[in-house]
Amino acid sequence: MATMFAFAEQRDGELRKVALEAVTAARTLADATGGGEVHALLVGAPGISGKATALGAHGADVIHVCEHAAFSNANPEATAALAASLLKQIGARGGVFAASAQGRDLAPRVAAKLGVSLASDVIELSVVGDAIQARHPTHTGKVIATLALTGNPALVAVRPNVFAPAPSPRAGRVETVAPVGDPGASRVVVRETRGGGKAKLDLSEAPVIISGGRGLKAAENFKLIEELAAAFGNAAVGATRAVTDDGWRPHSDQIGQTGRVVSPELYVAVGISGAIQHLAGMRTSRTIVAINKDKEAPIFKLADYGIVGDVFEIMPALIAAVRAARAHKV
Amino acid sequence: MKIAVCVKRVPVMDVKFRIAADGRSIDESGLKFDINDFDLWAVEAALQLKEKTGDGEVVVFSLGPDAVQEQIRKALSMGADRAVHLKADRVTADALAIARALAAELKATQWDVIFFGRVAIDSADQSVGPMVAELLGMPCVSAISSLEIANGRGTAKRELESASEIVEFPLPVVLTVDEGLNKERLPSLKGIMAAKKKPLESKPAQLDGATISVVKMELPPERTGGRIIGEGAAAVPELIRLLQTEAKVL
Ligand SMILES: Cc1cc2nc3c(=O)[nH]c(=O)nc-3n(C[C@H](O)[C@H](O)[C@H](O)COP(=O)(O)OP(=O)(O)OC[C@H]3O[C@@H](n4cnc5c(N)ncnc54)[C@H](O)[C@@H]3O)c2cc1C
Ligand SMILES: Nc1ncnc2c1ncn2[C@@H]1O[C@H](COP(=O)(O)O)[C@@H](O)[C@H]1O
Repeated sequence: MATMFAFAEQRDGELRKVALEAVTAARTLADATGGGEVHALLVGAPGISGKATALGAHGADVIHVCEHAAFSNANPEATAALAASLLKQIGARGGVFAASAQGRDLAPRVAAKLGVSLASDVIELSVVGDAIQARHPTHTGKVIATLALTGNPALVAVRPNVFAPAPSPRAGRVETVAPVGDPGASRVVVRETRGGGKAKLDLSEAPVIISGGRGLKAAENFKLIEELAAAFGNAAVGATRAVTDDGWRPHSDQIGQTGRVVSPELYVAVGISGAIQHLAGMRTSRTIVAINKDKEAPIFKLADYGIVGDVFEIMPALIAAVRAARAHKV
Repeated sequence: MKIAVCVKRVPVMDVKFRIAADGRSIDESGLKFDINDFDLWAVEAALQLKEKTGDGEVVVFSLGPDAVQEQIRKALSMGADRAVHLKADRVTADALAIARALAAELKATQWDVIFFGRVAIDSADQSVGPMVAELLGMPCVSAISSLEIANGRGTAKRELESASEIVEFPLPVVLTVDEGLNKERLPSLKGIMAAKKKPLESKPAQLDGATISVVKMELPPERTGGRIIGEGAAAVPELIRLLQTEAKVL
């Protein structure tokens, strides 16, 4: 029986899906050691404790909540100090973070503070004897390493959208925890968080991603991508580097070797050739659809379902058909 | 300004990798190597900062086998002033061990800025920069895609998933560089000639105490894709049917 820690990420006072995924992964690890406790840490502006319930429902026995005005934006210094101190205090055998933009900033700081290693961007976890083992894609997803973590605690950051949140009701007792030092005195200060409105699904969370490439010809044609995403209702928009380089979309939408790595249930590649640097970011998607006028385009080698043809002919028909299919279902 | 930049030698990725006989590493024979993409942008950021402030020094650090001197020379030919090679026959999979070795060397100097790449594309760890910052007790902003530095303070932008942050920080600082901050310059012929004479110090890396080890490396299963279901808008109904009945995502 070992105690596990999970960091519950939030943005704008709302839990992110990756918070439930981290708790789910920690629950799985605790159960694999014979059923230890899961302690979650939730930091945020005053009022954030109201969000603790969902963490209990997904397997947290205790939720340590730290509320402070200086946590309304991300505050990595103060958050890392608190996470490290709590990991020690509860005697955690393992700690789970999300391999999100925030989590990948936070987890290495905590690891260095505690003097233990970190397995990043983990897609599978297991307990083997005394060690926690983690599978981690390397070399732009072309190789998968299995790592044994012998440090105590063993820290991991889990890839978003891989550890599906699983209900596992526990007591979810809320305990107030004081910050370590003054969170208002952090040297690095996040002045502002822009975009990512509450209703908008982001790339790491969305079960469906509609991604556009240079085949769309111009920035304004990205409305076809947005319309298809809206027709699905649960989709986010992605792009290739050709598109972000030309400024049609922000760099935060870029998927690939130097962009985001995503693993949605459905990835629709529209007017994308399928360069290896792009594939590096999406090859682990469960189902891949490709639309391209060139039947030799490398994306078709990967696609489960390919349609050869002109995006400007196919997209309006596809948007209408997805709308109709969804209308039927509701 | 005293500016450090850490660069890693990584394989060029447009190949099918082979696993070595030990089952725990990549077979490196026949691979080509280059500076990690993000580290090229880190070098560029360092050079631009030096050029803007009009004085100072850019020092390159790289940990690895003797072969990393090839990548170090490339950074020098882009315009860095000198370099330190931390010699290690094998680069460990433990980011903290690498961070400790780099920090042990970096701590001898009072740097204004230490630049890293956001992530090394071989390890895919995205850890060494923030770890070094913690070990040196320095503030850190990771994954920056814009940067302004003036009067001992800086502002940077970080991209999140479908959002971004504006971050303010004091100097000295550790910064890790994301794509979008800049485009790296190509080494000029003059730069390449000059690099041959720039100081490059080589010393053993202090690597110890790894608490992570590679049990196995393998290639992921091949995708069984490659199915073209039709041409043009006429194929849309079949796609909808497959998404509903086979993939069950609609
Ligand atoms: C170091 C490095 C890192 C990189 N990192 C990334 C990364 O992270 N992400 C990334 O995406 N790329 C990355 N790239 C770039 C990558 O190599 C490709 O250049 C890029 O992915 C191509 O984008 P694209 O598919 O939109 O454009 P293209 O390759 O130009 O493909 C456009 C496709 O659209 C099709 N098309 C054109 N018109 C139509 C039409 N009317 N109807 C249907 N189809 C049409 C064409 O047949 C073609 O296949 C990187 C490159 C390097 C060197
Ligand atoms: N062996 C190394 N030598 C020098 N710098 C390194 C080395 N490994 C990692 N780094 C730096 O740390 C960054 C992040 O690496 P990683 O944490 O492995 O993804 C890289 O982009 C480099 O700037």
